[in-house]
Amino acid sequence: MKIVLEHITKRYPNRNRKVGGVFTAVDDFDLTIPDGKLIGLLGPSGCGKSTTLNMICGLETPTEGKIWFGETDVTNLTPELRGVGMVFQSYALYPHMTVRENIMFPLGNLKGPDKLSKEEMLRRVEEAAGLVQIDELLDRKPSEMSGGQQQRVAIARALVKTPKVLLLDEPLSNLDARLRLSTREEIRRIQRETGITTIFVTHDQEEAMSISDQIVVMEKGVIRQVGKPQHVYDEPENLFVSKFLGTPPINVFAGRVVDGRLFIGDDEVFAVPGVADGAVTVGIRPEGFQPATHGALHCELVAVERMGRDTSVVAKHLALDAVQMRAIVTSDARIDRSVETVCFAVRPEKCRLFDPKTGERIRFDGDAVGEGATR
Amino acid sequence: MSDVALDQEQGRSFARGQKIRKVLTYVFLTIWALVVLFPFYWMVLTSIKTYSSYNGEYVPQLVATDPTLQNYTDAFTAVPLARYFTNTVIFTVITTALMLMVIVLAAFAFSRLDFAGKDLLFTVFLSLMMIPNELVIITNFVTITDLGLRNTFTGLILPSVTSVFYIYLLKENFDQIPDELYKAAKVDGTSDFKYLMRVMIPICKPTIITVLLLKVIECWNSYVWPRLITDNQLYFLVSNGIQEIRENGFGRENIPAMMAAVVVISIPLIVLFIIFRKKIMEGVSRGGTKG
Amino acid sequence: MNTRSLKGWLYLIPAIAFLGVFVVYPLFDVFIYSFEEGYNSASQTYFGVGTYNYSYVLRDPYFIQALKNTFILVIITVPLSTLLALAISVALSSIKKLQELYQTIYFLPYVTNTLAVGLVFMILFQKTPYSDGFVNQIIMAFGGNAVDFIDGPYWAKMTVMCIYTIWVVLPFKILILTSALASVNPDYYKAARVDGTSSWRIFYRITLPMISPMIFYLIITGFIGAFKAYGDVVGIFGTNLNAAGMNTIVGYVYDMLYGNSGGYPSYASAAALILFVIVLTITCINLLVQRRSVQTS
Repeated sequence: MKIVLEHITKRYPNRNRKVGGVFTAVDDFDLTIPDGKLIGLLGPSGCGKSTTLNMICGLETPTEGKIWFGETDVTNLTPELRGVGMVFQSYALYPHMTVRENIMFPLGNLKGPDKLSKEEMLRRVEEAAGLVQIDELLDRKPSEMSGGQQQRVAIARALVKTPKVLLLDEPLSNLDARLRLSTREEIRRIQRETGITTIFVTHDQEEAMSISDQIVVMEKGVIRQVGKPQHVYDEPENLFVSKFLGTPPINVFAGRVVDGRLFIGDDEVFAVPGVADGAVTVGIRPEGFQPATHGALHCELVAVERMGRDTSVVAKHLALDAVQMRAIVTSDARIDRSVETVCFAVRPEKCRLFDPKTGERIRFDGDAVGEGATR
Repeated sequence: MSDVALDQEQGRSFARGQKIRKVLTYVFLTIWALVVLFPFYWMVLTSIKTYSSYNGEYVPQLVATDPTLQNYTDAFTAVPLARYFTNTVIFTVITTALMLMVIVLAAFAFSRLDFAGKDLLFTVFLSLMMIPNELVIITNFVTITDLGLRNTFTGLILPSVTSVFYIYLLKENFDQIPDELYKAAKVDGTSDFKYLMRVMIPICKPTIITVLLLKVIECWNSYVWPRLITDNQLYFLVSNGIQEIRENGFGRENIPAMMAAVVVISIPLIVLFIIFRKKIMEGVSRGGTKG
Repeated sequence: MNTRSLKGWLYLIPAIAFLGVFVVYPLFDVFIYSFEEGYNSASQTYFGVGTYNYSYVLRDPYFIQALKNTFILVIITVPLSTLLALAISVALSSIKKLQELYQTIYFLPYVTNTLAVGLVFMILFQKTPYSDGFVNQIIMAFGGNAVDFIDGPYWAKMTVMCIYTIWVVLPFKILILTSALASVNPDYYKAARVDGTSSWRIFYRITLPMISPMIFYLIITGFIGAFKAYGDVVGIFGTNLNAAGMNTIVGYVYDMLYGNSGGYPSYASAAALILFVIVLTITCINLLVQRRSVQTS
């Protein structure tokens, strides 16, 4: 099922009545989701991603705009008429029902010609339970299961009515780190097997990047960038996206361009032909630094953290917009901890320039990722 | 004497002091337990003494020499105790059932539904908790009398139905059910009413049972309103019945029969208490008031 | 009004209807009654509007007696029952064995019909031509003289009334205080003991301040409850409380409304409002005292 979100906007009356006015949770959200894809809706908390999801499933109605499921306008339809399944962060399993009753619950709401016989319901429950591999646990209560198992039940309950669209709202946030890895692979597998168009909301960029066909990065109710995960990471269109993706995060410096040469503080880093003179914001990925005796960037060394495969260098620089910066270098790089200053050479392809006022990307020759860059 | 020996001596006397204190504590607690239990013992004891032996005891005896159940027969035959008993059961069951319906619906609306004027209305409800019954009972008496509902179950039951406090208690409990459960149910097309019946009520069953038990106790012991509204013995509840028995029943002197009646009407609540001890005590400490 | 709003109000109709008819309307009505002079319940007519009902009630010797009885009852039972409950609760929470059993026994009076048990108290304290009664036997064993606590002198009747009231209100207080004591974090006690604090000092400086909000709650509800005393008194002295000289304010209200001297809803309303004002004043004073003592501690 292809989903088209046509310029949807959601406004609420401001919660603080004294202030009055309206709060715009989602602003002119325009997106087409191809059939059978898994889309990651990504952004910090409060960016409007959950509101968007609620509008897709029908728990909320957009103030403006239309939502299409295939050729059907579903903007004003109630959730049950849209054929969506939803999985919640806290799983939202009914605590007083067994797993079987929980999964069967949505089927019990079907009325009229859609009404199913008891046998058919039970068969579908078994089927959904089989898909998420919890067939053994059908007679348990949710409280007798682990978080990961509860999550599978929630997915089975969403799948049992064979929805056209599957919506997952922060489904992994309540799981511990180890389970999170395996469950996200599980979600990927189930999505592939069923081919259901799936929208996955998360604030964890790693999670979104690892399983999504496409990610949508949101900030303050607005789409900041849409694209394949690697592409969005490599070619952020603005400062927000570049800062939001990547761990450890990108290091941001206040820089300046003079005669086509980039300065960070007093350090001349490299030439940026074609960029107009003036102030720029410079983002450098942690992997963009190379310790070099005559490196351009002079930083004050704070700590060296050896992490096996690579080494993390924590340093300070006057032009930095944060307290510290972090560089990831290969572990065979030699860093003299006794000295106070460490010099880095900067790799232009790991460096992105942004307009300090708008935060929009400023391109320069040499910032392309290289031959294999995904576009 | 060395310091160590001195310390040991002190330790020993400290331990002795602890022991004495423990004994005194138990003595004190036991005395109070006896004070609490004694009236119950006395009521059962007197109820199995014969009329003649009771009146023959100038010095009341602590045991019954010739126990009899005759008084219990008298309690059910000489006065309409069975009638009082049945009335109270009817009154309690209907009042409690009606109250549950009213408070569940109201608590659901306050907790789950959005509607214009909700906050204001809830504030008004809360402020009604401070209104003492004594203040409104006068008008209620006049209202029920004017409606010609004296000496009817309707008149007995109607003013006893609502309890703002229980609405509040249940609403607080409903509020604890996560929002996501409601959203999940909505995605599956569950109606509000079905969500209330199939999800909220089962989850909040413990609180509902507590409220139910407290209301049953309240109904069983209610005296003032029934006394005002009934003067026909056919509609007396047990409290009024006991007053009636005392003043006009067996003749003032047949104390053993009176005590038999007292035992009979006390038993249901004591049985209820023994079964649901934990729930009742927990419910009362969460917000019951008395005394 | 949209359908969503309509639905909310629909669910609330029963509650609003019951509360409106039996709480809100009477609340206004009782004011009106109390100012309608010479109201006749049979013809539902009145002569005029004024404060006569109040001055009548305040001059009525029965009301004065009821006021006096109620105040004595309050002044004696509230402090005594609270202190006794505190002592019992502290003792109860210091033991492990049999704690539940004692707790259950102590709570028993809460679930019994106060009218019924009042009858038992009457028998225990009564002195009749046939017997001096159980309590008098004990008094005589200690060398005292038998007194009729039910039909005898005023102080004797007041004594029974206070004893029975305390017996009735204690379960609630003990329950509240034991759960308050149980909720004090034991680490405080451990810390105090490590510092060598004496038991009395631990109680006075740690336990008491920790549970003081609950004690204040009990004092406030205790005052309110004691001012409304009625059922327990009827249990002991019967329904004709004026004759026994043991009436309470609430008893006076009901007698005025319906009873041997009944049929005067206006006097009843005035008396009920006077009671309400008294209770409100006492509660406000209590709250002020509580605020001040919380600030200083």
